[in-house]
Amino acid sequence: MKGPADLIFYVLAALTVGSAILVATLPNIIYAAVALLFTFGGVAGLYVLLSADFLAATQVLVYVGGILVLIMFAVFLSNQISSVKLSNPVHFRLPAAALCLVLFGVLAYTAVSPSFVLKARITYQPTTAEIGELLMTRYLLPFEVASVLLLAALIGAALLSRPDRPDIARPDMEEPK
Amino acid sequence: MALDKLLVIAAALFCCGLYTILTRRNAVAILMGVELVLNAANINFVAFSHYVSHLIGGQIFAVFVIVLAAAEAAVALAIFLRLFATTGTVEVDAADQLRG
Repeated sequence: MKGPADLIFYVLAALTVGSAILVATLPNIIYAAVALLFTFGGVAGLYVLLSADFLAATQVLVYVGGILVLIMFAVFLSNQISSVKLSNPVHFRLPAAALCLVLFGVLAYTAVSPSFVLKARITYQPTTAEIGELLMTRYLLPFEVASVLLLAALIGAALLSRPDRPDIARPDMEEPK
Repeated sequence: MALDKLLVIAAALFCCGLYTILTRRNAVAILMGVELVLNAANINFVAFSHYVSHLIGGQIFAVFVIVLAAAEAAVALAIFLRLFATTGTVEVDAADQLRG
């Protein structure tokens, strides 16, 4: 791929990595959440360039539409708006930065060392139908396990976030007879 | 646009997420770092599925990662709200009642 696709790729890469760096460094947590929005959007764009159309749509729906809204709710519910320092304190800045830079160097060196056998012909085709078919046949068990896990997470989250009501007596566990 | 560039992008995302997890004290910000790390892993799955594998198992794995991330975010934020109701803050240093 040459020309405009390359240009779009570099723009998306810069958007993704740049806003990820902003997430890591911005002192205000609300700004960090907004930067996270652009990171998720950039990743969705990269999925489109990798011919993963279903994943790109899922990324936008679940991450941008769901998780990010949840995070924003948590920020607004857990900080006093009146407090000037919308708390996002930072500790251990220098050792963490050194560790991450070293790790990035190692990972990037591994990535560019030519050791992966690429496909002979790279095709760009929609994959939604194939994903649906595989989820109903070969990956049926993980699919069902994931649905049970989602149900458990749903019930657990609702139970955990329910406020305590001291006026209602809790049904205590029955005494063993 | 090739495999190695995508891997470098994923490595950069992973390191940003790791830095966020290591330096922040606000639990919600730490959760943002975890999401960055999960996104980096997903980019790797999809890139290898596109450039190396002849199957699209990588994309299916990425779908499951997104499902797990959603479940994890919901439960984690419920726990943060309880933590806020208990201690009045969501800084992870405040949750040390179990320290011996």
